[in-house]
Amino acid sequence: MKVVITSQGNTPESIMDRHFGRCAYFVFYDTDSDSTEFVPNANKDNLDGVGLESARFVAAKGAKTVISGDFGEKVKPLFDQLQIQLIMIPDSKKTISQIIKVLKRWSF
Amino acid sequence: MARQKLLRKVGNVPSFKVFKPVGQDESVSPVIMYLEEYEAIRLSDYMNLSQLESASVMGVSRPTYARIYDNARKKIAEAFVNGKPVVFEGGKVYFDSSWYHCKSCLCSFNHLNPELPVEKCAFCGSPEVEPYI
Repeated sequence: MKVVITSQGNTPESIMDRHFGRCAYFVFYDTDSDSTEFVPNANKDNLDGVGLESARFVAAKGAKTVISGDFGEKVKPLFDQLQIQLIMIPDSKKTISQIIKVLKRWSF
Repeated sequence: MARQKLLRKVGNVPSFKVFKPVGQDESVSPVIMYLEEYEAIRLSDYMNLSQLESASVMGVSRPTYARIYDNARKKIAEAFVNGKPVVFEGGKVYFDSSWYHCKSCLCSFNHLNPELPVEKCAFCGSPEVEPYI
């Protein structure tokens, strides 16, 4: 299963981005193969519709779960429609590797 | 001008797009079934809820629900009798899933399948979850 985490940088030590649409990087973590892929967010500097564009991009990559700090009101119904689970973590101090560690612990 | 229709809340959408009869030629025009009508059939005839309960699930009044349900029955009858395919699309709807809060890792997550119970946090797996308002 593919999990997406929004990130501020492109290393596992970078901190999770609190914004979904305008995050710097998307981290695609595959729970089956335990692999991570960092993809820069191409829509970051668009003027509007950023959340929806990002959501479509993430869905096209086959993600089933998205982890971020918060999601906008336009994005939530779209994800519901696409049957993608959203997880909001209010504590933004967590790093990508810490989040992946938590995911690993209970999925095995 | 007529008053605008209220948005109807839809929890489940069909996992397929069209319901087709076998042995009909392709030129028959399909019946367009709105998603709220599909939802009405699902609530009333599949889950056996009363009209009042179904109406509150969809966030509309009981008389409005009755009209949606009535339309749905008529469209199904039309499709059955004339051998027309049923296409599920459109309608004045919004999608909603319920949100939960985990007391252990303080995260919030949504729950996509309302028929399954929520037992553990989607992120940390802890059983200490509560509905999030």
